[in-house]
Amino acid sequence: MLATGLIVFREVLEAALIISIVMAASRGVQGRGAWIGTGLLAGLFLSCVVAFFAGHLATAAAGVGQDLFNAIVLLSAVFLLGWHNVWMQQHGRELAREMRQLGLAVVSGSRPLYALATVVGLAVLREGSELVLFLYGVLSSGEGTGDLLLGGLMGLAVGISTGFALYLGLLRIPHHRLFAVTSGLILFLAAGLSAQAAASLVQADLIPSLGRAVWDTSSLLPEDSLFGRLLHILVGYVAQPDGIQILFYLITLSVIFIMMQVCRLNPSELKGKA
Amino acid sequence: MKRPFDLLPLLALAGFITASSASAEPVSLELLIRDHHFIPEELTVPAGVKVKLTITNEDATPEEFESRSLKREKIIPGKRQVVLSIGPLDPGIHEFFGEFHEATAKGRLIVQ
Repeated sequence: MLATGLIVFREVLEAALIISIVMAASRGVQGRGAWIGTGLLAGLFLSCVVAFFAGHLATAAAGVGQDLFNAIVLLSAVFLLGWHNVWMQQHGRELAREMRQLGLAVVSGSRPLYALATVVGLAVLREGSELVLFLYGVLSSGEGTGDLLLGGLMGLAVGISTGFALYLGLLRIPHHRLFAVTSGLILFLAAGLSAQAAASLVQADLIPSLGRAVWDTSSLLPEDSLFGRLLHILVGYVAQPDGIQILFYLITLSVIFIMMQVCRLNPSELKGKA
Repeated sequence: MKRPFDLLPLLALAGFITASSASAEPVSLELLIRDHHFIPEELTVPAGVKVKLTITNEDATPEEFESRSLKREKIIPGKRQVVLSIGPLDPGIHEFFGEFHEATAKGRLIVQ
């Protein structure tokens, strides 16, 4: 039961943290609940679809189909998170003005909610399909359905509570600083996901590792400890990173950061191009 | 606007791929999963060589091959076969386990 709970918790945690950041980033935007809820449901539905075809996916591309799929899901999320941040820089000033006029309560306007909703869907899909497979495996082997249900619910509850705690923490940030904080969080989140995609591609032998375990901090902060896991999800902490993971991390971080700076300096010019 | 930048490292590394796979001949290894156990439970590989590990799951239920020190995790659905790449590694011992049946599915990889 505890083992089941732990596995469910691990799988749920990443999606829960990403959803809480997305919820904080879209605070005060009309219709965000519907968008993000739709993303969540779509992610759950697609998880079941992917789990159903897991056998085909696993054997696809000469046995590395799953890694390829994970990398595509992760890099899509990275792209959308980067896009969100750049968009926010371009429109940040208008939004700030609008928020002042409306007394900080409600922001209308077309924030890229579709991007955030899709990120939520992708986050749920990535871990969700593995979770569905795992639960299906336990159920079909008939190893105590009651234990499974209880353990699963416990894992789910703890995972969601952790995400909720992060969300409540983010809500304590004053309005005028919230965008800056969530943009920063999203920047590091995207870089971390990009490094995870690199690991998937190395595992599939599609890209070289460029050095295994460039450094090793696993004795200092093990990646499978709770704190290590939180840092892994939030800022991409890896105890024994491959060279290529560091490269992906730094490239993603700097590309998004530079794009954000460029778009802030030259909003009118960029808008003309778009 | 970000996409071309993001693809750049992938494109740039395309050249490396051929180079890295050509330089050292990879070793192929087979691992079976039967009744939630790994067979064999101990694998030995030479150091400094890339290893192509083919895992066949003979059980009807899915398993997840996981090794923290090797930094590998991969789901093998029931009655399926997957491939994963490891190394080149330094001499040492790496533990691995099946995350979905951690009590029984255990093994280690000895690099020498």
